[in-house]
Amino acid sequence: MATVMKKVDAVIVGFGWTGAIMAKELTEAGLNVVALERGPMRDTYPDGAYPQTIDELTYNSRKKLFMDISKETVTLRHSSSDIAVPYRQFGAFLPGTGVGGAGLHWSGVHFRVDPIELRLRSHYEERYGKKFIPEGMTIQDFGVSYEELEPYFDFAEKVFGTSGTAWSVKGEIVGRGKGGNPFAADRSNPFPLEAQKNTVSAQLFQKAAEAVGYHPYNLPSANTSGPYTNPYGAQMGPCNFCGYCSGYACYMYSKASPNVNILPALRQEPKFELRVQSHVLRVNLGTDRKLATGVTYLDAQGREVEQPADIVIIGAFQFNNVRLLLLSGIGKPYDPATGEGVIGRNFAYQNESNIKVFFDKNGHTTNPFIGAGGNGVAVDDFNADNFDHGPEGFVGGSPFWVNQAGTKPISAAVTPPGTPKWGSAWKAATADYYTHHISMNAHGAHQSYRVNYLDLDPVYKDAYGQPLLRMTFDWQPNDIKLSQFMTGKMRRIAEAMNPKAISAHAHEPGKHFDATSYQTTHLNGGAIMGTDPATSAVNRYMQSWDVPNVFVPGASAFPQGLGYNPTGLIAALTYFSARAIREQYLKHPGPLVQA
Amino acid sequence: MTADNDPAELPSRRAFLRKSLGLIPAVTLAGGGIAGTVLARAPSTAAPAPDAYRPSYFNAEEWAFLHAAVALLIPNDERGPGAVEAGVPEFIDRQMGTTYGSGGLWYMQGPFHPEVPHELGYQLKLSPREIYREGIRECDAWCRKQFGKPFATLDATRQQHVLEQLDNNQAAFEAVPAATFFAMLWTNTREGFFSDPIHGGNKGMVGWKLINFPGARADFMDWVERDERYPLPPVSIRGERA
Repeated sequence: MATVMKKVDAVIVGFGWTGAIMAKELTEAGLNVVALERGPMRDTYPDGAYPQTIDELTYNSRKKLFMDISKETVTLRHSSSDIAVPYRQFGAFLPGTGVGGAGLHWSGVHFRVDPIELRLRSHYEERYGKKFIPEGMTIQDFGVSYEELEPYFDFAEKVFGTSGTAWSVKGEIVGRGKGGNPFAADRSNPFPLEAQKNTVSAQLFQKAAEAVGYHPYNLPSANTSGPYTNPYGAQMGPCNFCGYCSGYACYMYSKASPNVNILPALRQEPKFELRVQSHVLRVNLGTDRKLATGVTYLDAQGREVEQPADIVIIGAFQFNNVRLLLLSGIGKPYDPATGEGVIGRNFAYQNESNIKVFFDKNGHTTNPFIGAGGNGVAVDDFNADNFDHGPEGFVGGSPFWVNQAGTKPISAAVTPPGTPKWGSAWKAATADYYTHHISMNAHGAHQSYRVNYLDLDPVYKDAYGQPLLRMTFDWQPNDIKLSQFMTGKMRRIAEAMNPKAISAHAHEPGKHFDATSYQTTHLNGGAIMGTDPATSAVNRYMQSWDVPNVFVPGASAFPQGLGYNPTGLIAALTYFSARAIREQYLKHPGPLVQA
Repeated sequence: MTADNDPAELPSRRAFLRKSLGLIPAVTLAGGGIAGTVLARAPSTAAPAPDAYRPSYFNAEEWAFLHAAVALLIPNDERGPGAVEAGVPEFIDRQMGTTYGSGGLWYMQGPFHPEVPHELGYQLKLSPREIYREGIRECDAWCRKQFGKPFATLDATRQQHVLEQLDNNQAAFEAVPAATFFAMLWTNTREGFFSDPIHGGNKGMVGWKLINFPGARADFMDWVERDERYPLPPVSIRGERA
């Protein structure tokens, strides 16, 4: 028999970026809010305290801050005719757990979005015709425009303390020749902080990109270029390029996180309560299944607790949002055979390629341990639809960049092609090239397809007896074309650096999705937003079409992947959703969009 | 030590090891060239140095194997100390006592399908401790069958060839695929060579000095834009300076 807690106005599942933003916004509106976080309490101290945090083995190799996959994971298969097996060890993606979620140990690349990507299907149909989009590709529009989101991008950057160089502000070009991105959409304000310094690797990328006619710009970074106080009064110190961002809690209070940038304000808020070690099992629905009545969770001791609430925010990691909807029976599960149903539909990833360049030991010294997770130089010449896709025959774009986030020795793979894997020759090459190499990426937008989807696994369970989520996923011909094309275009930058050797890794025909090597944790979709309840799980305000007092913010709402990193759009959409709850829903609870 | 089925914990096994010390030293002295030579040279009567590390998980044969194997993976050569000198065997032994060693960081519920494509990741039911125990046992048996003696006592050329065969999965092992065992050994060897000395390897920060990684300095504001060698030697979490 579950213990029943006192009813609150809103309960939030998960305390990462979306949970923290929602908690702040809803308590500002006067609501009593409880946030339930499955993992432990985490903060700069003790989780990011110097010097114990400067430990690659503990935090990167053994993944101390990440989701505990001994208890819950996902299963994987390449097609619906294969058996799915558990993701038993971390590889391709690294979701978080604990207070701050993945927002505690992310890198800090903080983009907005290219406006055309919010209306991707419409844009491609208008410019290239309906037939250009391949059969089986299920991309669609988000149902919200860049102009509508701009104030929320702007506010999120102020909360995060983002460093960068604007190209244009209110229509006036301000960033020409200063590191602005000529392909960037217009902004209402400059970045809160000027761009960070650029590493030697990023400077070399910038020169080489210019030499081949591309348009390099400073990456927008949620690592501070100077001291900063955000609108919530949270204080940040200047980033010192220690190189311990991704996988680590920032010891310098320089990387934006829910813990540093929002939690200090919520701690002062008597209407807010954060309960850790609280694993939500399901969202409870009323007898007519039209409204949620709250959630049931396991507390730290494993006792079932029911938390009644008028509003339920599902703000966990992308695939946990999808899983909780499926476990709760909210929305119709997606069926790949018919293409019907919405929960689990349009699961998409990121389509990354990588090039490394190696200099002679008397050549450039790049000191790759110097880094900041959001810092670097990029080009957008081939991102979004900034070039003519017509002759190329694929959908999607890619920024290219040097994003030197701090390359540590265990995880560094810094030997030129042809070097033996181990032994004296490997040792000599590692010694010769570690401080004389540059790594660059084509980040690659990934599209959604009818055959890539999420559902509940019929066999495997988590430590609490509930089915794991199953990912059915593989690269499609469009992805391979994009990867090959982008690697070729990025290779021109690598060659312009006049290196001694180059190694390139792109997707190739016949090669399957490889879950064993890290790519990125940018997983998208499965509970997507849109304008039609037949093809989306939530409306433009992240509100469930089926159960209107349930909101599901996060990358689970993206109908397909972006060229850029997702966190900036996640934050803006969450503020957009929160504002709709505050200004519309609370006055008239019910659907904010009529189906 | 909470090992299940750990032969080193059984009294009869210990007695056997004491008797066999004359053949294979349970504690290998640091500072000798490649492990094969260490073993050949090690006098049976030598007392271990007082500060020498005594393995908690590995038995004498396994300990000898580890020394011999990691000495070839990262050799002591003209570029500087190798994995043995860095304390990689100690590092790996200590890792066996962690949650990682017992497989506690992995999802380990069945059913198990090791036959699926390798791109879907590790699918065995073995923990790292079990992979080492089975892998070393099988490798020594395989070497005995072919050459009449265990891996650690083969000459370096033959050891090199055996490791290549493990790496390429050309050795048919029963309990654990040779390439899986090799991949774990190689990963742990790099970890032990390059991780902070607090974990038992990278002694004297020799791994970091080799590549000019400054360790736990973690403050580079003055060097971000400089295309030149970083001038300061590494420091460790405990504050040691190389």
